Parts: sequence; structure tokens; C-alpha cells
Amino acid sequence: MLEESTESEWQSEVKTGTTIIAVEFNGGVVLGSDSRVSAGETVVNRVMNKLSLLHDKIYCALSGSAADAQTIAEMVNYQLDVHSIEIGEDPQVRSAATLVKNISYKYKEELSAHLIVAGWDRRGGGQVFVTLNGLLSRQPFAVGGSGSSYVYGFVDAEYQKGMSKEDCQQFVVNTISLAMSRDGSSGGVAYLVTIDEKGAEEKCILGNELPTFYDQ
Amino acid sequence: MLPPLCFTADFRVYHMLSSKLKYDLSASTFSPDGRVFQVEYAMKAVENSSTAIGIRCKDGVVFGVEKLVLSKLYEQGSNKRIFNVDRHVGMAVAGLLADARSLSEVAREEASNFRSNYGHNIPLKHLSERVAMYVHAYTLYSAVRPFGCSFILGSYDQDDGPQLYMVDPSGISYGYWGCAIGKAKQAAKTEIEKLQMKDMTCRELVKEVAKIIYIVHDEVKDKAFELELSWVGEVTNGKHELVPKDVREEAEKYAKDSLEEEDDSDEENM
Repeated sequence: MLEESTESEWQSEVKTGTTIIAVEFNGGVVLGSDSRVSAGETVVNRVMNKLSLLHDKIYCALSGSAADAQTIAEMVNYQLDVHSIEIGEDPQVRSAATLVKNISYKYKEELSAHLIVAGWDRRGGGQVFVTLNGLLSRQPFAVGGSGSSYVYGFVDAEYQKGMSKEDCQQFVVNTISLAMSRDGSSGGVAYLVTIDEKGAEEKCILGNELPTFYDQ
Repeated sequence: MLPPLCFTADFRVYHMLSSKLKYDLSASTFSPDGRVFQVEYAMKAVENSSTAIGIRCKDGVVFGVEKLVLSKLYEQGSNKRIFNVDRHVGMAVAGLLADARSLSEVAREEASNFRSNYGHNIPLKHLSERVAMYVHAYTLYSAVRPFGCSFILGSYDQDDGPQLYMVDPSGISYGYWGCAIGKAKQAAKTEIEKLQMKDMTCRELVKEVAKIIYIVHDEVKDKAFELELSWVGEVTNGKHELVPKDVREEAEKYAKDSLEEEDDSDEENM
């Protein structure tokens, strides 16, 4: 029962079995993620920040294969840098999401990653876009990763339109916390990014500071 | 005998020296006074064409083109000189029409690729810079000739408002509140400068644009002409389209009536 595993951890793909969430509020968005990176049953990194910068006020949340997701995010970061200089202003969130979608769709047979793109731009305010499997859809909020299955009911019940920034942050933290406590592939700390007109604010909430629920 | 006189693009006069002939054969050659003659000759081609104007107002952009009718068999509404580049962008041209049509395809492709890559309408400044870059590329080599057309691009967007840009054969693009290209561009510019376009709406501006085209049209040299009018703005919900028949008729009537008034007032002065 306690024999050593003959399978080396390097033979399993490194996945960010994950919980990620992005929610719009009045004037911006809040993105949240857990921090566990697993390769099979081993936790390879317990403090990874899965919220990746695409531009000053546009972030994306990574899930699925860690390498695939990171690479897509880096490519789109580069493309947005060039694009924003060409047009002479901050890019639209829709542009960032379209760039991610174009890569995800073109290489959908080879890639296994889902990025949720969220940010703020002057035309549309806070926006959340889902790019799963190469589709592009704007939603008031989105969840993703393996841990999301456990919290669909929670987010559907608890989401309210027009939340304030603080309510939104609390909603995101609660969701991540619940998912982390039920999903074996999610855990560690919770990372939060709040984006509004003024900019992006990153925050890390340690394990012992997360809210506790019924059985904790 | 004095060497023959030559006009430059900005109407300065100088004596044609035989050395000019060495420097004007290809776009890859500078003249000793730092000019690329092929590009200037291309601009001459634009000046031989009939006039096109574009004016930006408070809530949109209006284009007007004086289309000279060369044949009695001419079908009304054909040989358009105003193109749709994307739903929200219009392009009015002057110069060699074949060159202009090919550039309109280039502009359409740029706008379409942008939408495909970035998921939204191309900003007009960016589009005009991209097409201007393309036009400029044809002024660098001896193997090709520069484009012999200028064009005016206009668009309307809810957040950025109305925009107007002009691109000329040298490959530069500038933003304008009002501009004119073609044979009567100086006269048209004078008329445009009289307008307070920043305070006008599209409906008011359509009539003024028609009036300007009628004013600058030379009755003696060019006989019949057809007025092509288009607009894009709040009045069309951001879609560039030809002005509807009733609005166009109202505008032409206003233009003709204004001209008659001016004729009458001239007679009284005499």
C-alpha cells in the first residue's frame, strides 16, 4: 500500500488542475485563481500565480496544460504590445480575447488549455471573455479549471448584477475557497487581481486567511 | 531663347533646365533640389481629375464627388467614386480611377484582417496609416510607378466620434475637418473654410457639400456632371452609405437655388 511509485513524476504532463474565476463589477473586473500545479499526483508548484498579465489593464486566468497556457499568454502579451503601439492607445479587452481565441482555435487539436480573459477598457468598462476550445463569448462572470465543476451551483446562486468592488472580491474569494476545499487538483493560496480605470491591483491571500465553510 | 517655363505642384514657376530630365525618370531618383519628380507627376494626375470633398461635422462625415459625365449613354449611378471600405468607413477618390479601385481593395483587406485578428472595427487613423504605408511603398522603386490617386477616408464611431483622413500619392496621411482633392481643390477649400462645420449636423452639412460641388463645377470646360453624395454618422447609426434619394434631391435643390441667388445678386450689382 505504501510502496514507492515506479512512475516518475516527469512522465505525467504538468497540468494546472485549477480553479479560475473572473467576474465583472460596476467599473471593472476581479480575477481569481488557486495556486496548485500538479504532475500526476505530485504537487510540482504550490504557489504558482495563474493570473497572467496580457496588458496594463487586461489579465488572463490560466488552466489546463501549464506549458500551453503560459505560452499562449506570452504570445498574446507580445501581440498586444505591438498592437497597442500601432493604434496608439490601450487595446480593447475584446482584442486581447480575440487574439487568444485565434490561437486556441487554430491549434485546438494540439493545445489543451483554457484561458479566461478579463480586463477594463474605456469603451466597454469591465469585461470578461471565455475562450474555451476556441469559442469567444462575453459573460458577466466565468469559472474554469477542474475545480469549477464543484462551484457552478454556488456561483449561479450567489452572483448578482452590479456588485460593488468589495462584494465582488469577496464573492471571488469565497468561490475559490470552496473549490479548493473540494477539488484535489486545486489548493495552496488564492491570487486575486482587481482591474478598474485606475489600473490593476494584485493580491495574494494565504491559506490560513481564506474564508472557511461548513466542514472546516 | 529662354528655356521653357515649368509649374511645380504648388504653382511656383521656374525655368526648365535640361538636368530635370535626368532625375524624373524613376521614383528611385532624387533631384538635386531634393524632390522625387515621379511622385509630383502622380499628384498632377490627381489634379486633372474632377473634384471630391469630404467634411467632418459634429455627428458624422459627408462626402461629395463631382462626377463628370462624358457620354450621353452614361448610366446614372455607375462609375462610382465613393467606396465602402468597411461597414463604418467610406472612401472618396480622385485621380486615376483604376489605381483608386485597386487601393480600395487594399483598404478593404486591411480592415477585414484587422477585424479578424482583433475582433472589432479598425480605427480610422490606423487604417489610413496602413494604406498610406502601402501607397508609400510604391514611391520607393524604379520597377513600379506611384499610385496616381488621392483619397479621403471617413468614419463614425460611437466612442471616438467622426474622423476624416486624406492620403495622397506620396504616401502621407493627415487628419482633417474638411478637405478637397482634384481639379478645383483650391476653390473648394476656400468654400469649405467658410463653414462652421464643428457646429453643424450631417443633415445641414449634406446641403452645404452639394452647394460647394455646384459652385466649383466649371460650366464652361466640363458640361454635365452627376453629384455623388454619401455620409456616415449618427444619422446612419455608424454605417457608411449613399445619401437617400429624398435627402439628395433636397440638397441639390438647395445647391441650385443658392447658385441662382448668387447669380441674381451679381446682376443687381452690375
